[in-house]
Amino acid sequence: MIASLAFTAPLLLAALAILPILWWLLRAVPPAPVKRRFPGIALLLGLTDDKAQTDTTPWWLLLLRMLAVAAFIIGFAGPVLNPEEDRAGSGPLLIAMDGSWASARDWPARKARVEELLAEAAREGRPATITLLSDPPAGPLSFQSADAVAATLAGVQPRAWAPDADKVAEWLPRLGDAAFDTVWFSDGLDRDSRADVLAAFEAKGDVSIIETARPIYALKPAVFKDGRISITALRSPAGAAQSITLSAMGPDPNGAERELATATADFAAGATSTEVLLDLPTELRNRVNRFEIAGLRSAGAVALTDDALKRREVGLLAGRNDQEAQDLLSPLYYLNKALVPTADLIEGSLQDMLLASPDALVLADVATVSGAERDALLDWVDEGGMLVRFAGPRTAAADVESDDPLMPVRLRAGGRSVGGAMSWGEPKALRAFTRDGPFFGLSIPEDVQVTAQVVAQPDPDLAARTVASLADGTPLVTRKSLGDGQIILFHVTANAEWSTLPLSGLFVQMLERLAISTRPATIAAEDLIGTTWVPEETLDAFGVVSDAGDLAGVAGEVLAENPIGAALPPGLYAGEDRRIALNVIASDTTLSASSWPAGTKVEGLSVAQETPLMGALLSAALLLLLLDILATLSLSGKLRGATTAAVVLFAVSALPQQSRAQDDSRAVQATSEVVLAYVKTGDAKLDRVSDEGLRGLSMSLFRRTSVEPADPIMVDLEADELSFFPILYWPIIESQPTPSPEAYAKLNRYLRTGGMILFDTRDGNIGGFGASTPMGRKLQALAAPLDIPALEPIPEDHVLTRTFYLLQDYPGRFTSRDIWVEAAPADAQAAEGLPFRDLNDGVTPVLIGGNDWAAAWARDARGNALYPVGRGFAGERQRELAIRFGVNVVMHVLTGNYKSDQVHVPALLERLGN
Amino acid sequence: MSQATPKDTATTPAGLRHRAEAHASAFPALLAQAEHLAATVLLGEHGRKRAGMGDEFWQYRPTQHGDGLRDVDWRRSARSDATFVRQKEWQAAQSVMLWVDDALSMSFAGGKDRPTKGHRARVIAMALCVLLNKGGERFGLADRGTPPRRGEGHLTRTAGHLMNAEGTADYGAPNARVLPAGSRAVFISDFLGDPAEVATALTAATDRGVRGVLLQVLDPDEEAFPYDGRTVFESMSGAIKFETLKANSLRDAYLQRLAARKAQLQDLARKTGWRYMCHHTNDPAAKALLWLYQSLERGAS
Repeated sequence: MIASLAFTAPLLLAALAILPILWWLLRAVPPAPVKRRFPGIALLLGLTDDKAQTDTTPWWLLLLRMLAVAAFIIGFAGPVLNPEEDRAGSGPLLIAMDGSWASARDWPARKARVEELLAEAAREGRPATITLLSDPPAGPLSFQSADAVAATLAGVQPRAWAPDADKVAEWLPRLGDAAFDTVWFSDGLDRDSRADVLAAFEAKGDVSIIETARPIYALKPAVFKDGRISITALRSPAGAAQSITLSAMGPDPNGAERELATATADFAAGATSTEVLLDLPTELRNRVNRFEIAGLRSAGAVALTDDALKRREVGLLAGRNDQEAQDLLSPLYYLNKALVPTADLIEGSLQDMLLASPDALVLADVATVSGAERDALLDWVDEGGMLVRFAGPRTAAADVESDDPLMPVRLRAGGRSVGGAMSWGEPKALRAFTRDGPFFGLSIPEDVQVTAQVVAQPDPDLAARTVASLADGTPLVTRKSLGDGQIILFHVTANAEWSTLPLSGLFVQMLERLAISTRPATIAAEDLIGTTWVPEETLDAFGVVSDAGDLAGVAGEVLAENPIGAALPPGLYAGEDRRIALNVIASDTTLSASSWPAGTKVEGLSVAQETPLMGALLSAALLLLLLDILATLSLSGKLRGATTAAVVLFAVSALPQQSRAQDDSRAVQATSEVVLAYVKTGDAKLDRVSDEGLRGLSMSLFRRTSVEPADPIMVDLEADELSFFPILYWPIIESQPTPSPEAYAKLNRYLRTGGMILFDTRDGNIGGFGASTPMGRKLQALAAPLDIPALEPIPEDHVLTRTFYLLQDYPGRFTSRDIWVEAAPADAQAAEGLPFRDLNDGVTPVLIGGNDWAAAWARDARGNALYPVGRGFAGERQRELAIRFGVNVVMHVLTGNYKSDQVHVPALLERLGN
Repeated sequence: MSQATPKDTATTPAGLRHRAEAHASAFPALLAQAEHLAATVLLGEHGRKRAGMGDEFWQYRPTQHGDGLRDVDWRRSARSDATFVRQKEWQAAQSVMLWVDDALSMSFAGGKDRPTKGHRARVIAMALCVLLNKGGERFGLADRGTPPRRGEGHLTRTAGHLMNAEGTADYGAPNARVLPAGSRAVFISDFLGDPAEVATALTAATDRGVRGVLLQVLDPDEEAFPYDGRTVFESMSGAIKFETLKANSLRDAYLQRLAARKAQLQDLARKTGWRYMCHHTNDPAAKALLWLYQSLERGAS
């Protein structure tokens, strides 16, 4: 295309004639000399310039000035590249515009062009009209005076959808009989209806087509692909290799709309589509509400996302894993399996998970939640969280408060067992789901059976809260709304211990129905039959998302099948519990450039290409003058001493170093070696005894075993991190302050993650374990918020009796035999020919007794016992046993059930041998 | 020694004296070598190792015929039968005459961080006077027409004369109105004027048995000629003009001429038994003063 050049003020060009005169004038005037006083002139007199240099300006300086002046003259003459051309014609003028999303990008240019056409038509007295093919008028064409049409031009906006072939075909017969000329603004995309429309227009008169050569870009809806987001960008026409930037937009944590991520889509040369894989953190991904091509104002360049893209974040928390640490028995195993494909799982402490604000939180057999955690949980549920709880032995054993807000129903203590060895009944199957429940329609496999469950107290609300029940009518799943969220309780375990439900596909479907996991992305019409979808947000042709206001709802099947149009604008439609995005570009859309039959007049949008050159020329002239100044200065010797570049030093303020040396040194001390720790009670004497006791025990451990502990550390429950310590020795004293809820949360976390607390009521001389002594009552008060499993007096075959020494007594300063540990599973059985039961794994989280062990262990720096134990030799023997008990406890904490497992050695050897 | 900065060099005689004292304070008293003492009858501090006029005791000698009674040292004579006359050592003072160029060309300073040549010349001259005064020599300004003297008052007067000297000519020529035979002379100038006049003055002085030193004071700009481009050079009075289109092309020729001028002066000095030195105003004044001190002490060679 040959660029044409025109001037807005061509007369000014005549001034170019003065250039030769200027040349002559400038030539005659040499640069002004510098005057210098200089005594050395006496020596200069008589010297002559070595070269006969003329007194005139050098030719190149003259040329520079001439160019500058010429640039000024031409610049002020107003040169314009590619000026607009005139169009002439007669008769009515139809301005037909595709008016689709693809036109939105250069809509202002189109409008300017239309305005110009209308102005021209007005000058020539031609009536005109504007028609949008994407929204064809209902009636026949009505030509009006061009001025009147121009007044309505401001209201003409493109639509977010492409012209619908059926509607256009319907409209064409209404064109009428009168002849008219047509200017057709094409959006540059090929459509089947184009040929018909063109033929219809050509039948009426001249047709000229205006089409921009700019490529059109579009985005297909984002889909999930191997855990990443796949976005396909389209362009038309295919051209050279090119990169475009995609932005993921969404609210930031403060709720303000902003760009959350960017990606670059690289089109290969000649390719019309390219795929971008975007890997976003779940938090971020769930906030994305649309993808768009950066800098493009077009509905096609925006891909709204809906729930299909949001993967729910599900937090999993099991009670203490006291069972065999085998995967298949883990309370979370089946949940993991069921949720991993469709949701993002997080595990951690309850408080940490709540910070991540998951969509759902699964508590598998967690019976007790401490005060602070409970409040946080309630707040979270209240704000829309979904708490799913599974029952289990712990839940069954828990002393359920009469009205636990975190339980949908009140539970009876103990639960029930059906179909076991000791019960009469058969294992129960599930009752078909009721119509108004969330599970309606799911088929129940034959083999789903429940052998044990927790049972709800009869209650007026019970029926309303039950969403699934067993064949005999006892509730299996109960649900309660709380604020914006809900609490769901499965009355069985999350593993296969109590029922076969987790083994069945029904389990996954139930989780899906409860919206714990995410639903599949595709919309099937049959899924949507009978549902109504209300538009929440709509997308206009420019890609701007706006509130849908009170647009009427749409039937599901319409949403799934009808093309977008005036009745079904693109946007976000909300159903009962999910949202569907209806995008301009469907996943099967392809873009191809429009092709016109030979002989059709196709023009570009030249309005956009008219380039005034005035500014550039004037800038060039100024630049030349600047050069001239430098050249003149250098010629006259005034350009001396290069300006020294100012070096700007940025004072980089060192980041303030936070003084955390103390914390760190403590952590290093606690973790570089095994360290025994005791809880600070606030009683100086008691704390000293604890310290001396643990020091004595550490010395004994050092001497007798391969455990070589460092000096014991006092732990402040409120301030210190507990996770460094394998065991906490906690002597009980009445005056001890009750720890704060945060401290309890910390303690619970400590217990859940494998820590052990040795409670010592130090009253073994006055009473057995229980609520009978003041210390006992204090212990009960202190330990109530702790997540402590069921306890039992230490059995004779407990692993504590043989982790290092063989022991049957656990004396300290006192010799009470009341030591309580976590209860062994009820079904533990002694293997044939072995003295011990085949007990389960794990370290008992608590060890409760009252024998004042610290006093018996206590030694000073030289190793002398500090406190009297017993009397005479028997007393020394008692002290020795106390130390042996201490050694056993520490070995138990550090080695777990290792000694217990040794009972399997003969069997293993036998298996290996054969 | 503190380098004189242009700011604190007062333009009053007292200021000049102050600066000069500061420069001179580092030197011991200057006893200019007196060569032709017979010719100078004025007393100074040059002991002649013979009896004569002076302040220092030389010897007692027996009274001879013709000695007046007044001359008899009665205290010495009382210790013996003979009478003795107390003789003092013959002491002679040297006269140093200074000529400091006060022409307009001396008022040139090439940069703001340097004093003018004239200023530098006056400071050096005055410092020399201070040293001479300390040494008991007599000094004077050759162009003032007053005989050489010594003493604090004369020092002050000399400073005043130096400060008030304002020539009107572009270039100065040595003006030796008073140049006692056998005295020493110090000419301080830029010697950019007519070299013939310098030669005349020098020969005339040599004829009278006067030897001395030539101190040429130049600005670094005069040494380097750092000019460029089209320039009109003017003498300090503006009377002489010289225009060039490319000043830098003249640099070599100028430097050549300057070197020739220096060689001419050197040659002249050697022929007449004088000493010559070139001093630049960006060098410390003490350097020139030290050289002058040494030259005057050892005598021109």
